[in-house]
Amino acid sequence: MSEVSIIGAGLSRFGRQPGVTGRQMAIQAIHAALADAGIAWPDVQVAFGGSDGAGLADTLVAELGLTGIPFTNVKNGCATGGSALVAAVNAIRSGAAEIALAVGFDKHPRGAFDPRPEDWGLPAGYGEAGLMVTTQFFAVKIARYLREHDIPESVLARIAAKAYRNGALNPNAWRREALTEEQVAGSAMVNDPLTQFMFCSPGEGGAAIVVASPAAAKRLGARAVKLLAVAPRTRAFGTFEVFSPSIQGDGVPTSVSTTAAQAAFEMAGVGPDDIDVAQLQDTEAGAELMHLAECGFCEHGEQEKWISAGETEIGGRLPVNTDGGCIANGEPIGASGLRQVHEIVTQLRGEAGDRQVPGAPRLGFTHVYGAPGISACTVLGV
Amino acid sequence: MTAVPATSETPQLTGSRCRDCGNVAFPEAAGCQRCGSTDLVALALAARGTVWAHTVQRFAPKSPPYVPPAEGFTPFAVGYVELPDGVRVEAVLEATTIDDPAELTGATVTLVATEPVPRFATGPWLAAAGIDPEEGTR
Repeated sequence: MSEVSIIGAGLSRFGRQPGVTGRQMAIQAIHAALADAGIAWPDVQVAFGGSDGAGLADTLVAELGLTGIPFTNVKNGCATGGSALVAAVNAIRSGAAEIALAVGFDKHPRGAFDPRPEDWGLPAGYGEAGLMVTTQFFAVKIARYLREHDIPESVLARIAAKAYRNGALNPNAWRREALTEEQVAGSAMVNDPLTQFMFCSPGEGGAAIVVASPAAAKRLGARAVKLLAVAPRTRAFGTFEVFSPSIQGDGVPTSVSTTAAQAAFEMAGVGPDDIDVAQLQDTEAGAELMHLAECGFCEHGEQEKWISAGETEIGGRLPVNTDGGCIANGEPIGASGLRQVHEIVTQLRGEAGDRQVPGAPRLGFTHVYGAPGISACTVLGV
Repeated sequence: MTAVPATSETPQLTGSRCRDCGNVAFPEAAGCQRCGSTDLVALALAARGTVWAHTVQRFAPKSPPYVPPAEGFTPFAVGYVELPDGVRVEAVLEATTIDDPAELTGATVTLVATEPVPRFATGPWLAAAGIDPEEGTR
């Protein structure tokens, strides 16, 4: 695989921004990424991007400048940013471009998502009956998981409290108030055993990443971070996913996160033990717990030991969601995957300020998971 | 608790079985998720199973698409029921209490309705509703 480097990463603000559109957040993120790379919009030769509900990415050229480059819209749920990045990387690998851009953004209204059953291939009855609710899936999955692996529910509040604590260290996070485990556990029950403060909220934000060939990165004198692997996957048979009228197959459901993570590690030629800092999709606290094992960082059931020992804290063996993750930054669907990449780039450059992982981390990992059973993982290195 | 309309017909879920690999799907499928075959046959699914996992829907889902009952939203249990046919089916779950998970965890449940989504009930719920749990089994 030919080498690809990340030469620029940028974010808009995250969290509620009345009067600011999702498209405006995308523009802010792109300008931040271009400035970070030390280039201007006319230097970008191809672009990919999308949002779930805040508009078409290719219309951004009206504000960026009409340079005539190919700009492809991506719509892949929670993997939108990851898919845009894959397309940008492939453009570099193929030699079609030397500098490519991936952008993701969204601006969701308050409250849970309200997807239409027909968009997901389900009978309308699932909407009428109140089963088109993403939070139910996460609750059912973690309820089963905790029971099967004899893990106490208290670990969920602990994970969420870490997210808020990390968010308090991140000037760009939405939630910057450190909440205690008691506050998390004592908030309103949403879907047992998950309370309100264990969930991320649909939010607002934009994120952009500029990738380049090694030659272009060298020519620009960029502070490049190597993109050692990017692997998107859809689900295999026998998984348990959001909006499933049934779980087919026998035995313990597998996870698309496992196949995506394995592919990313194989591509990068490293293993989970080599990773110094990770961003794992934390739609809710239980998701972070399960994704730790699904991505190969520990055995199933081993998480409580890890978390109790502080291994996923900044300064632990594997700091997870150092920027506060989705729980503290909110979930603008299109942006989250690239926000994760931005955070790893920031950590590997040693520029994460109060939340910097000590000991000069050299390898990082990102993971997104979403409906209807998609995952995208990356491995980054310096 | 939601009243189950009196009906002379025993509720019945229909799934499908793949003629090539034997995989069982619900709802009835046009293509097999396991092997990709389109040679599928309709299959009447068992009316009793065990609760694989569940949660409680504590807040009213957004309307539309949710259509709350006439008396207004009340929290309900939802989860997956493992059927002996080899498939786990998502369902609304009826129990005498949703606040103590013990009645539902691993419980044997019986199909009481199929529309708009499958609905299964625990033994205590059926007894309280005056329904013989053996009825409706096949």
